Amino acid sequence: MATVQPTPTSFWNDTGKTGITSWIFSTDHKRIGLLYFYSTFGFFLVGVLLGLLLRIELMAPGRTIMGPATYNATFTVHGVVMIFLFIIPGMPGAFGNLVMPIQIGARDVAFPRLNLFSWWLYAIGAVIVLTSLFTGGGPPDTGWTFYVPFSARTGTNVSLAVLGVFVIGFSSILTGINFVTTIHRLRAEGMTWGRLPLFVWSIYATAWVQVLATPILGITLVLIMAERILGAGLFDPGRGGDPVMYQHLFWIYSHPAVYIMILPAMGVISDVIPVFARKPIFGYKMIAFSSLAIAAAGSLVWGHHMYTSGMSDTAILVFSFLTFVVAIPSAIKVFNWVSTLYKGSISLEAPMLFALSFILLFSIGGLTGLILGAAATDIHVHDTHFVVGHFHYVMFGGAGFAFFSAMHYWLPKFYGRKYAEKPAVIAWAFMFTGFNILYFSMMVLGLKGMPRRYYDYLPEFAPLNLVSTIGSWILAVGLIIMLVNLFRGLFWGEPVGSNPWGGATLEWSIPTPPPTENFDQEPVVTHGPYDFTKAGVP
Amino acid sequence: MNHAPHKDYGGAKLGMWLFLFTELLLFSGLFLLYATYLSRYPREFTAAGRDMHVGFGTLNTVILITSSLLAAMAVTAIQRNERRNVLLLLGGTILCAVTFLCNKYLEWSAEIGNGIYPGSPRLANGPPGESVFYSLYYITVGLHGLHVLVGATLLAVVAVRVKRGTVHAGDFVLLENGALYWHLVDLIWIFIFPLYYLIL
Repeated sequence: MATVQPTPTSFWNDTGKTGITSWIFSTDHKRIGLLYFYSTFGFFLVGVLLGLLLRIELMAPGRTIMGPATYNATFTVHGVVMIFLFIIPGMPGAFGNLVMPIQIGARDVAFPRLNLFSWWLYAIGAVIVLTSLFTGGGPPDTGWTFYVPFSARTGTNVSLAVLGVFVIGFSSILTGINFVTTIHRLRAEGMTWGRLPLFVWSIYATAWVQVLATPILGITLVLIMAERILGAGLFDPGRGGDPVMYQHLFWIYSHPAVYIMILPAMGVISDVIPVFARKPIFGYKMIAFSSLAIAAAGSLVWGHHMYTSGMSDTAILVFSFLTFVVAIPSAIKVFNWVSTLYKGSISLEAPMLFALSFILLFSIGGLTGLILGAAATDIHVHDTHFVVGHFHYVMFGGAGFAFFSAMHYWLPKFYGRKYAEKPAVIAWAFMFTGFNILYFSMMVLGLKGMPRRYYDYLPEFAPLNLVSTIGSWILAVGLIIMLVNLFRGLFWGEPVGSNPWGGATLEWSIPTPPPTENFDQEPVVTHGPYDFTKAGVP
Repeated sequence: MNHAPHKDYGGAKLGMWLFLFTELLLFSGLFLLYATYLSRYPREFTAAGRDMHVGFGTLNTVILITSSLLAAMAVTAIQRNERRNVLLLLGGTILCAVTFLCNKYLEWSAEIGNGIYPGSPRLANGPPGESVFYSLYYITVGLHGLHVLVGATLLAVVAVRVKRGTVHAGDFVLLENGALYWHLVDLIWIFIFPLYYLIL
């Protein structure tokens, strides 16, 4: 090591090389994080576009812009893209990679080359999924759940799409392994488990779910391919198979998967709220513990997707009970966030506005989840638009808004420039308003009995469907304002210092944009992540 | 971006063990189906299980256990810096893997010759439980066979590294992880063998 410490260069221009290869073959966690960010966010925009098309189709009864077969393909691809290409890899891949290693005081993740390989697997999987849309029998039309027997029989290109998702699942497993190992092995001196930022805790819990649940998705997808290609008949009642077994296997992964989507989001909120309330987080230990509790209990509740599929009453009772148990750690988090706000010096900037709306929207999403988790009420709203509304409240209002919060909170750190505040707030206002009009109408429609995934509906559902579609346009306007403002700011905006928000976690103690090696010498941590006084933040 | 190479043995082993867990979970989905369908079709499962070639299964079990022993001995040998022995032992392990797959080929050829394979007309006309049994058997054993292939390839790569001297007594975590993977392949077979060949 040189005795003279050179001034650290930012990770943007360290190699002297620019070009695409300095990115797609980089093992630097920050570059890989940005690769994930742009690729997943690109797919998010594709998903948004498909969602808008779906809403236009449902604006009025009968045919509006597409035929029934196209409609089936559109909602399937919307789901597959949003879930497998955006939201599952998005938060851990983008912000987990960008921020987590710095927050624990590490130079990189435990296995940098494996990290790059994960992104490549993701990219390959995404290309396979995209190929499935334009080849063979056309885009899959099964819904993102790939339920048998339809998925085993439909002439559309299900096998290829499923293969793509399988490859992406493998990428997710490797990310999980990498992150668990990183958090165990690479914490800086003094970074005890009790001083981990809550975002790291949530990424840790998420990584365990990725490791433990995703293999089941893998085998389930392999079995769909076996059904289609070999004619295995494992789920074919005509040959002794049982389609309900498919649903069990699918949800054993896919329910924990919703915690892969929401846990990192909760971590973002736990990091943003104390910074913008100028107060240490309330109940640090309980928030950290509740992440693990959600990960553990969330793995045992998959049956609540199947109350109407044919299970014993005992099974329904047990799954229903466990579902209510998961609500407890979720509520612990919400109460702790609200308590942190109490008597805080709250500054309502864009990341905070998104974080506060997360609390509200996630609470609505969570409480409507209990209506679905209770067997008696679920029977009435199962497979209606109520489910669609609930799911989007948790996934978009929850994970999505947290993703936007993270974009406004952390991206300036990596670009060294910041967006303009006023348009960001206006964008938020549009999105928040549009979001609620869009999805609250869906929940009302569901309670009135409108089924999900239907191409056509009865005339009495028409007014609310129109309202919902108008909401989607307001949301889209907000999204466009946000994107233009955010990216214009990142590239041409006002330069920011190393700690624009006054945070106390480690990423704010290093230069902006961070140097390649993150820290010029290994940090020694002497205070907790939300101890603003000791961190020297005013 | 020249990260000074840092070697974290504990980290590498932890990562490998986590990966082995995911492999077990991958197979657990198939074992779950086995358990469910066995309780639903006990008679058909028993009848089909009695028709399996126990000889092939036993021989393959012996081969795999031997190969695991050889892999473990290779790990010990490299710590003693006996490079020639490491290469011989790894070669033996890979030979066992190849023999295993050849046996599998012969066994499957016999089965397929009898009209027993997923989606075959014979199974389509047989009792429903029989078709489920054989489909599960082919998928589980096929997936395991794939793991044998991957494991043998991995060990071959390690052997090349040992020959080149990049894996040596001072840095053998790759060999150790390769051997761990091989033990996992063995372990999964130890469950497959009784479930399909013995207990029915």
